[in-house]
Amino acid sequence: MTQSNGEPRVIRVPILTRVEGEGALDIRFHGREPTEVHLRIYEPPRFFEAFLRGRPMEDVADITSRICGICPIAYQMTAVQALESIQGVKVSQEIRWLRRLVYCAEWIESHVLHIHLLHAPDFFGCASAMELAKQFPDEVKRGLKLKKLGNQLLEILGGRAIHPVNLAIGGFYRLPRREELDALIPEFERGLAWATEAARWLAKLEFPSFESNYEFVALSHPEEYAIEEGEIKVSDGTAIPTSSYEEHFQEVQVPHSTALQSRRVATGGTYFVGPLARIQLNFNQLTPHAKTIASEIGIDPSCRNPHRSILARAIEVVYAFEEALKIMKRRAWPSEARKALQNVMAGEGISATEAPRGLIFHRYRVDETGKIEFAKIVPPTSQNQSQIESDLRQLLPTIADKQDQQIAIDCERLVRSYDPCISCSTHFLKVNIARDGLRPE
Amino acid sequence: MKSKPKIAIIKFASCDGCQLTLLDAEDELLAIADAVDLAHFAEASSRLDAGPYDVAIVEGSITTEDDRLRLLRLRDECRWMVTIGACATSGGIQALRNFADHEEFIRAVYATPETIHSLATSTPIASHVRVDFELRGCPVDKSQLLEVLSSLIAGHRPRTSTESVCQPCKRKGTICVVVAQGIPCLGPITQSGCGSICPAFDRGCYGCFGPTVQPNMAGHSQGVLLPRMSERDAVNLLRGFNAAAPSFQQESVRLWQITQTRDSTR
Repeated sequence: MTQSNGEPRVIRVPILTRVEGEGALDIRFHGREPTEVHLRIYEPPRFFEAFLRGRPMEDVADITSRICGICPIAYQMTAVQALESIQGVKVSQEIRWLRRLVYCAEWIESHVLHIHLLHAPDFFGCASAMELAKQFPDEVKRGLKLKKLGNQLLEILGGRAIHPVNLAIGGFYRLPRREELDALIPEFERGLAWATEAARWLAKLEFPSFESNYEFVALSHPEEYAIEEGEIKVSDGTAIPTSSYEEHFQEVQVPHSTALQSRRVATGGTYFVGPLARIQLNFNQLTPHAKTIASEIGIDPSCRNPHRSILARAIEVVYAFEEALKIMKRRAWPSEARKALQNVMAGEGISATEAPRGLIFHRYRVDETGKIEFAKIVPPTSQNQSQIESDLRQLLPTIADKQDQQIAIDCERLVRSYDPCISCSTHFLKVNIARDGLRPE
Repeated sequence: MKSKPKIAIIKFASCDGCQLTLLDAEDELLAIADAVDLAHFAEASSRLDAGPYDVAIVEGSITTEDDRLRLLRLRDECRWMVTIGACATSGGIQALRNFADHEEFIRAVYATPETIHSLATSTPIASHVRVDFELRGCPVDKSQLLEVLSSLIAGHRPRTSTESVCQPCKRKGTICVVVAQGIPCLGPITQSGCGSICPAFDRGCYGCFGPTVQPNMAGHSQGVLLPRMSERDAVNLLRGFNAAAPSFQQESVRLWQITQTRDSTR
């Protein structure tokens, strides 16, 4: 609203906290109506797609990993699968299981981090998990133990938790050691029990009442809860082959952000990716135990409240523990670490997987010497960015009477519920609030 | 330091992985939060206390004019500055732009390049301000980061090894991937600290901890890399996460010039 002195009302959150990377929020009001809502990503661009050109395809997993320290496996997996499709490599079922296992480890590490260290403090008026630990020492410590288990599994399969070194085109550089995985099974049995307790703890939270009529988008797979492969499913019923992703979803550049933003081509509208979308579209493929806990804590496919994403994450942590245990207990084992490439083939290939934060899409073109000619990477956060701004536009008129500081807090909470990963949106995320009669752009 | 040191953790261009390493210290995190005053740690806390700080722990490289100015202000506000990770200590993977046409890079990613403000180079923190201690790695190693923090609390200089990746690799009993499998490896010229992971996973070191002290770059190229790969591939291997570290950069430029001379005489 315009203030009594005639100056536009501007609310700025110069540094979004408890999110990955650097973003801000700029909000400007004319009366009760928000005229400018910019999730401004000022994270400097790092030009990954440009400097992949001319590099050997074997480098792509290691380099794209560095887009994000929290979800490196999402980048590595999507990259190697796209390159394998170009080279006509089909990995064995046993390798696929181990890859799904390392992806489960990343879901655990990333979701538990967001639930306990980034998001939960919001519900108790705490600035950080360290502060939250003074009120809830056992719960925060349980979260840290869960996170550590995810990281331990990443270390066994990938060499280290951040920027693992083991995913290769055709499989792995080296197979994990069976005995190391076996030793982790009892730990993961305990972890499953802790994950279940953690989900029940979160059920007691009080959630802001915000809801919106979202279009959810996620991968879906006929036989399993989609993680590392599947076709694209939209909540309006549309099914899209992954290979047609770019015909249905387009990235556009906006002046206030170094991250490109995605729109659905058919509607021109925003869409929602991530745990809430996956729960919506693939709920029936969760394990019976995960479904039971979901109904107990009050999350199901009818949920339209982004703040409740924390419950969706908690259910996916339960699921990831169960799925990891199932894979670790399998006795079938790959006969070789990776398939050697016979002849390098030129061509173009894509892959899409479900990163912890949602659908991630990669496309590469490789020349006849195996060098990258073209790379395109669409991370989950650049897809959610327009949806986040749209949510804020819907929320702001309902809270316009509050003090600026409280508006900033409410907006930041909404942004945080998406678990935005700003470094991921390399190409560019930021929250400031302004109030006047001018439209931006 | 007698009272709790007041610490700011600050990010420039990077992937967040190095400060995430602190949150990955699951067994130590709460004790650390008691022993120091984490006054500004945006990734983990909404409490953002203004400076001055006793210590700034800095992740990321300088790639924009705004960030350069932000760094200069930060340096005035902190007594000690510790940089963590390959981006902060050598410019990181984004320093690959230093070798290419920056304008072309922007166009390759963004449709409307004029709204993107970015410097032509990615440079380490120490190129702009005085840095008191540098911790290497892409990402930094958790136990080394904990050594840095406990040193700050105890008030002494951190002790981190400067030996090459080969020494701990031998001590681990890993069979040399160069000798046994003919795989090119940057281990002999790369500083240890990672735990010599890559050879233990049947692949060559790709140099994420940067050059060791006094590396014999030309000798390494001649003896380890070039018998097993082309100059061009060796250039790519050296141009990884520490591409702009001086020893790696000089050697990759030297090898690149060899390929150019050869091409022009053909």
